[in-house]
Amino acid sequence: MKASAFSYTRASSVTDALDLLALHGDQAKVLSGGQSLMPALNMRLSAPALLVDIGAISELRGISELNGVLKIGALTRHVDILRSPDIAKHAPLLTEAIAHVAHPAIRNKGTIGGSLAHADPASELPACTIGLDAIIVVRGRNGERRIRAADFFTGIYETVLSPEELLVAVEIPVAKSNSAHFFHEYARRKGDYAIVGLAASGILEGDVFADLRLGFFAVGDRPLLAAASKHLTGKPVTASMLADAQAALDAELDPQEDQQASAEMRRYLARQLMARCVATLLGRPELEARPRA
Amino acid sequence: MTNPTPISLTVNGESVSAQVLPRLNLADFLREHLGLTGTHVGCEHGVCGACTVRVNGDIVRACLLLAVQAENASVETIEGLSDSGEISDLQAAFQNRNALQCGYCTPGMLMAAQDILTHEPQADREQIREHLSGNYCRCTGYHAIVDAVEATARARSGQAR
Amino acid sequence: MNDSSDKQSGLSVLDRPNSYIGKTVPRPNLGRLMQGRGQYVSDMVLPRMAHVVFLRSPYAHAKILKIDVTEAKAMPGVIAVVTGTELAKVITPWVGILSHLKGLKSAPQHAIATDRACWQGEAVAAIVATGRALAEDAAELVSVDYDELVPVTDMRTALNPETPVIHPELGDNLAFERNLDAGAVDQAFKDSDEVVEAEFVFGRHTGVTLEPRAVLADWNSGEERLTVYLGTQAPHMVQNIAAMHLGLDEAQVRVVCKDVGGSFGIKVHIYADEMATLALSKLLRRPVKFVADRVESFNTDIHARDHVCKARIGVSKNGTINAFEIDDVTGIGPYSMYPRTSAIEANQVVNLVGGPYTTQNYRARTRVVFQNKNVTCQYRGVGHPIACSITEGLVDLAAQRIGMDPIEIRRRNLIRDDAYPCGSPSGLKFEALSHHASLEKLIGMMNYDVLRAEQAELRKRGIYRGIGIASFIEVTNPSAAFYGVGGARISSQDGVAVRLDATGRVICQTSITEQGQGSESLTAQIVGSVLGVSMERVRVVLGDTDNTPYGGGTWASRGAGIGGEAALQAAKVLRKNILDVAAAILQAKPGELDIVNNAVVDIQGGQQRIELQELARVVYFRPDTLPPGFQPELMATRHFVPREYPFAFTNGIQASWLEVDTQAGFIKLLKHWVVEDCGTIINPQLVDEQIRGGVVQGLGAALYEHCIYDERGQLTNANMADYLVPMSGEMPDIDVGHIVSPTLDGELGAKGAGEAGTAAAAAAVTNAVNDALSPFNVTVTEIPLTPRVILTALGRI
Repeated sequence: MKASAFSYTRASSVTDALDLLALHGDQAKVLSGGQSLMPALNMRLSAPALLVDIGAISELRGISELNGVLKIGALTRHVDILRSPDIAKHAPLLTEAIAHVAHPAIRNKGTIGGSLAHADPASELPACTIGLDAIIVVRGRNGERRIRAADFFTGIYETVLSPEELLVAVEIPVAKSNSAHFFHEYARRKGDYAIVGLAASGILEGDVFADLRLGFFAVGDRPLLAAASKHLTGKPVTASMLADAQAALDAELDPQEDQQASAEMRRYLARQLMARCVATLLGRPELEARPRA
Repeated sequence: MTNPTPISLTVNGESVSAQVLPRLNLADFLREHLGLTGTHVGCEHGVCGACTVRVNGDIVRACLLLAVQAENASVETIEGLSDSGEISDLQAAFQNRNALQCGYCTPGMLMAAQDILTHEPQADREQIREHLSGNYCRCTGYHAIVDAVEATARARSGQAR
Repeated sequence: MNDSSDKQSGLSVLDRPNSYIGKTVPRPNLGRLMQGRGQYVSDMVLPRMAHVVFLRSPYAHAKILKIDVTEAKAMPGVIAVVTGTELAKVITPWVGILSHLKGLKSAPQHAIATDRACWQGEAVAAIVATGRALAEDAAELVSVDYDELVPVTDMRTALNPETPVIHPELGDNLAFERNLDAGAVDQAFKDSDEVVEAEFVFGRHTGVTLEPRAVLADWNSGEERLTVYLGTQAPHMVQNIAAMHLGLDEAQVRVVCKDVGGSFGIKVHIYADEMATLALSKLLRRPVKFVADRVESFNTDIHARDHVCKARIGVSKNGTINAFEIDDVTGIGPYSMYPRTSAIEANQVVNLVGGPYTTQNYRARTRVVFQNKNVTCQYRGVGHPIACSITEGLVDLAAQRIGMDPIEIRRRNLIRDDAYPCGSPSGLKFEALSHHASLEKLIGMMNYDVLRAEQAELRKRGIYRGIGIASFIEVTNPSAAFYGVGGARISSQDGVAVRLDATGRVICQTSITEQGQGSESLTAQIVGSVLGVSMERVRVVLGDTDNTPYGGGTWASRGAGIGGEAALQAAKVLRKNILDVAAAILQAKPGELDIVNNAVVDIQGGQQRIELQELARVVYFRPDTLPPGFQPELMATRHFVPREYPFAFTNGIQASWLEVDTQAGFIKLLKHWVVEDCGTIINPQLVDEQIRGGVVQGLGAALYEHCIYDERGQLTNANMADYLVPMSGEMPDIDVGHIVSPTLDGELGAKGAGEAGTAAAAAAVTNAVNDALSPFNVTVTEIPLTPRVILTALGRI
């Protein structure tokens, strides 16, 4: 499978990249890490006329923390996230999640910007940004937009990013002392796309969730910030509250049916994940009723 | 058709200049332009690991990298790692343990194995299995490969003391 | 079979000094593979080499009305665009039938489809260009008018009257049916205290060799000779078939196999696109290379094991199994594969069900039906995994029904180790098997009682682990009974030529082939042992019809047993010849001499008399110093064909220990064990590694692998992200042990081992899953055992 012919150019700066995208519109595709784009090109699922390689734009690199905000440049590779002490400290959910993304060779090239812009509903990072209440920073020729992660993803491989915009950074509020996080995905093999996954982040005050953000992935055409979490916050969680939350989650979900799972199976696994998350974060294993004979 | 683009890079320590079409991926460039056929093609969608090479010290899938992206990069293939002696102990362990049968996954597998030996020298069997989980082998069933990598890790850490 | 000089020295060939037989030695010549300096077909380049891309039907079943190639032909870099009709002038079609499979019928298949495409992925045109990418560009410009036809995609209804018949001239979609009725089955079921029935479903899957299929065809019009570089397991078969269909003499075809990136049976068959490539080379008078990409591989490499089987077992309360019965259906492609046919797998299923057990009451029916899906044929293990999963699944069900431990029911019913020779109700002849010794060894290796205790303890905590046992028999070293008797020109014998060269080195040419299992090594080990020469001095040449004896190649686990025996016999002759020369030089008696460590020595006292390289020097350069009239001969050739038994059966037993996550339906493989009896073992490590690799393929079938077709006959998961193969993260360590029952059909005593791992792995896993879930009163008889299957069985969804 060889890609169709295309032209290639290397953008020297964000401005340069934006000019190119404006000029070529949907005939151009941004090349970041290439770990999602290249398979599509090789299989001729995509045949752009021009690739705009943004890999040399130094402005898009870097991880820094300032005033309670962790800023991650779009070109930050998955391996950089995995190894970053700043991320381990300020957004440990990401550190944990990233180990589930593909395999080492892919993580050495894949970027957070690429992953978010690609918006595969079964991928980990979009859900993490939702769980962490991140801001996705996007730049066009008219200036910068700051979009809440929960509003960024609009469908399968669809985001609010226009073809003439570039995702430049992700900003995450740093974890607080009473922050807690949970990550788990059901996948057939290590590194596979999830069948269903959950990237959750919360604030625990004693045994009460003051806040709980449940970022589900592989549950529909986009990652979902479950509104059902409102059944779990503000008071100590009971089995009945959890059951209500699970029922509410069921109603919120519109899962895909595919070779790995039916919609019903995805709903079921999402409910299990919710229980597992709550049980783990609260240290109350009895909340996660394991099926017995 | 688009125009051939000049590229300059280092491959196994050797300076290379070439004119390539933008769509040519690094695996095909190495195999067809440079005759370095040790980098194998198994899927062309980044899943099987047969095409794993090192670029600027990092293992990557050569089928998912364009040759033009490797401008000014330092690329190392299995031939280079073999000739420099960097993995001779690992190769000896593979041979002794029969951690290869048909040999098609082996270059990529050795690349991935050397990667974990470098970054996680204390890796246990489970960690080795996880690190190699992006390299498909159909012949060995992996057990012998894990044995060989584990033995090499122990030998290296024994020597390091 | 033992010659007199062996008797005099009192040693069998297996006991010779410094024998490599039974030793784990590293395979020679791995350096090139580990350095990336092997030569796989896709690595090869020839002058003026062109590349072919096949345009493939997007429909499972469609008439080809018109193909417009004008735009494609005009593209720069395109050398030719050829349709099926055009190519049919260069290469004739074939029919995949064998006469000993009574009633097997199939329609002629062309190298490129002519008027009709019969599976999604079948080639409808060939685009030859100076590069693969260019050819793919041009392929997009070929326009084909199709008239879609109703595809046959459900094997369960393929024979229904309302289902379209794919080949009307054949009458129906039934390719082959076999019925067997042995013993007194009805009475046996009547007499049984319990009769258990189940339907076993197997997901169609495929080999997924890491190196995709590739062929480089080089027709030299000056020599009028075709050289085919192909990763085939059976080069002489390819030579014969290429010649036959291209209108050439066999002498005009040379088949060369260098390094092969995995085969497992996938690369032993004749593929339409490869035949088309040969024809294109002849047509265009230049080398043409075809390398399947991964998507093509999934769509066109043979698939296998697409079965639905209703089965039942009759058992008495005391644990005696009284009868087995199966009614099997398998859905193949629209053509029976060539030349080994797509009926062999089903035929083997009928042959092998119940094989390890004593009952002589067995009834079986199998029906092989055509479908508009990819073609199917022999893949590692062939029908064994199906037969074993059915048999061992039924045995466990019977045990459960009567409340007996699965080990105990096997103890009561496996054929006794002293019962040989004996036969199965399906007509198999067993020379000497070791089911009970293997079972006892397995129990010891896995610490069965400890695992049972652990299982019980964990169950109290809601953790569900299971043990699954699967006994099996395995067909190896096939005689002509497999293919030859049916009219196929597939050789069931093999030959080895050995010679001592001018510097005292040994060169062996063997007709078996290497795909990584160690054919080169086993040959060198045997020859080195018999000759008394160190392995480093032995070079093995294989995979070249011009430069090896005529033979069958490596498949059906025959390399060690047949090729190894030929190597042994040839080396014995060479040894005798060398000693005759030595006796002449030394004025001694040959019977007083031996060869040890690369030198001729006195048997009495062991004194070195003359080094082989010195002996060779004399023979090749100073024969004037030899006694008058003496003609030295430092080369010998011997062939071997099994004559006593149509197949050398082996046996073994496997066990799986796993945990089922009853919450999410996931299965974690904790450990796997195999005890295998393959007779004389030439290289223990190589045999164990064959077993391990085979096991993991079986584990893949058990949990992951499935070619998923939709009702329109579209293969929906033809890529490596969606078709799941076993990767290192999920696979267990595998312990292997052996019992040794040599075959007397030959001196070496080696039987085959290459497929044993695959035969029983899925059966062991399925039994383990059912064992784990027994507290839930759940039985699953379907593979792959995906989380969806488990959750459905548990009633969670």
